[in-house]
Amino acid sequence: MKVHVHVSLKPGVLDPQGRAIHHALEGLGFEGVEDVRAGRLIALDVADDTSDETLDEMCRKLLANMVIENYRIEKVAP
Amino acid sequence: MRAAVVTFPGSNCDRDMVVAIERLGGTRVENVWHGETALPDRLDLIALPGGFSYGDYLRSGAMAARSPIMAAVMREAERGVPVLGVCNGFQVLTECGLLPGALMRNAGQRFLCHTVPLRVESRTGPFLSGFETDETIHIPVAHHDGNYFADDATLDRLEGEGRVALRYLENRNGSQRDIAGIVSENGNVLGMMPHPERAVDAAHGGTDGSRIFRNVIESLANA
Repeated sequence: MKVHVHVSLKPGVLDPQGRAIHHALEGLGFEGVEDVRAGRLIALDVADDTSDETLDEMCRKLLANMVIENYRIEKVAP
Repeated sequence: MRAAVVTFPGSNCDRDMVVAIERLGGTRVENVWHGETALPDRLDLIALPGGFSYGDYLRSGAMAARSPIMAAVMREAERGVPVLGVCNGFQVLTECGLLPGALMRNAGQRFLCHTVPLRVESRTGPFLSGFETDETIHIPVAHHDGNYFADDATLDRLEGEGRVALRYLENRNGSQRDIAGIVSENGNVLGMMPHPERAVDAAHGGTDGSRIFRNVIESLANA
């Protein structure tokens, strides 16, 4: 089973990387970009019987830092 | 003073830390590999050094915080053994939950490497007891992820409990409320971004860092 974990900074937490990307887009002449937030995609290939609880635990224990980050688990069609 | 310095894959200030502690009175300083599950007995100090554990992959300090030795470090910290986390060590302490908050990428996106003036805000615990409150000291920083973040309620609690140990007088990394270091509730765990082990020899530009280690030794003598 393919699982994508999307990790992103919580709203309100300063995102220096997103800001740098925003500046770069503006520098390239793209107009109308209101804001950029950079995140991380962690692609897992796990056993088909891996439970939602286990996936959740992976995120909370290691993949995301709950102080500053949110996560979203997405099961991807093979 | 009996001390242990933990080495994670990617630590690069571990030897400096060992040398600093030995020079300042550590009689038995042991280097402990992160894969160990036990620490030496009757330690007076555990130090988590700077560096780039696990290449800073995922998040700085995240994987080191879950390495086998950390269960023992957390047990000892809860028993009251002084634990010092410097730079990457501070990141590990927040990632494992011994200290609140998180260290994020510097607001200016730049790696910072220079000596900074710091104000000693708290005298709580063995590391800080020998300082004067509001004293200014100079210690080098060298980090890319030193931007301290915690939510307002946590920051208010830290301030209210006198747990903001050190504050930058020039905040270049974007840290909330200029925080450079914080301590645990009883003060026995100190996490700080500046490197005291790099400020123990006058030939290297200053010796203010040595006072952090001397404070621990003096607190042992007074205990």
